[in-house]
Amino acid sequence: MLIPMQSLIFYVFASLLACSALMVILARDTVHAALFLVLAFFASAALWLILQAEFLALILVLVYVGAVMTLFLFVVMTLNVRATSLKSAWHYAPFGLAIIAAMVAAIIYISGTNTASTGLPLTELAIQDSNTLALGRVLYTQYAYVFELAGILLLVAIIAAIVLASPVARERKIQIIAKQVTTRAKDRIRWVDL
Amino acid sequence: MTITLTHYLIISALVFGIGMAGIISHRQNVIGLLMCVELMLLGVNTNLIAFSHYLHDLTGQIFVFFILTVAAAEAAIGLAILIVLFRKRATVEVDQLTELQG
Repeated sequence: MLIPMQSLIFYVFASLLACSALMVILARDTVHAALFLVLAFFASAALWLILQAEFLALILVLVYVGAVMTLFLFVVMTLNVRATSLKSAWHYAPFGLAIIAAMVAAIIYISGTNTASTGLPLTELAIQDSNTLALGRVLYTQYAYVFELAGILLLVAIIAAIVLASPVARERKIQIIAKQVTTRAKDRIRWVDL
Repeated sequence: MTITLTHYLIISALVFGIGMAGIISHRQNVIGLLMCVELMLLGVNTNLIAFSHYLHDLTGQIFVFFILTVAAAEAAIGLAILIVLFRKRATVEVDQLTELQG
């Protein structure tokens, strides 16, 4: 009775994901919306575990929930953005929602009709490499260049975030070390012949 | 019934559509916009991992690895921009951010 248990787990976490995603956009308070997004990430991490992508599921929880959503909550608390009202956008809503519903229906229709690959059930794979080992084998050999580029991208993001968030010198009376170090004597001292 | 690829495609299409609907209806709140972008990325990631599992190819998971990296970097920079905006304008409503000069 292994397969029905898996389908039960799938339905539980898929409905949890859909409901919490819906509550993200319908929640009145921004903090509640962020917490529902955290719940959506946990539910989708469970779905990825069913799909045997353990490394990525754990990375989702550790990095996305643990760092990115924590950052979101910090910013929400710092800027004190509490209430959001959906009222003023409602005259755009019917047209936009109709387009989105048509797009989602088209995607669902297209996904359902191709039975060559979509009819495959969840396979029970024999004992094999763990997901981390298999990913590492491919990532460091075949995709090594892209891996290094991703590291450089993260470095650029760190520098950008620090520069953006650091306070501007003219707003506060702080020392500008670069200006102090590059002064010349003739800017400070003037010989007067008496 | 057994769970096929179609189930995963449906759930990820739903999450993607919900994220898009949130972007349309969250015109005021920039943090809400960023969270709906994260929802859309979540839908795309689930889609890729489902395909990677059912077609027995690790390329989908590698792609998700890099999408997670880029999305985390983009969320960090987006929030830093938001903090600078809030310092200047004292508001995070999108309708009031109408001037390009900063």
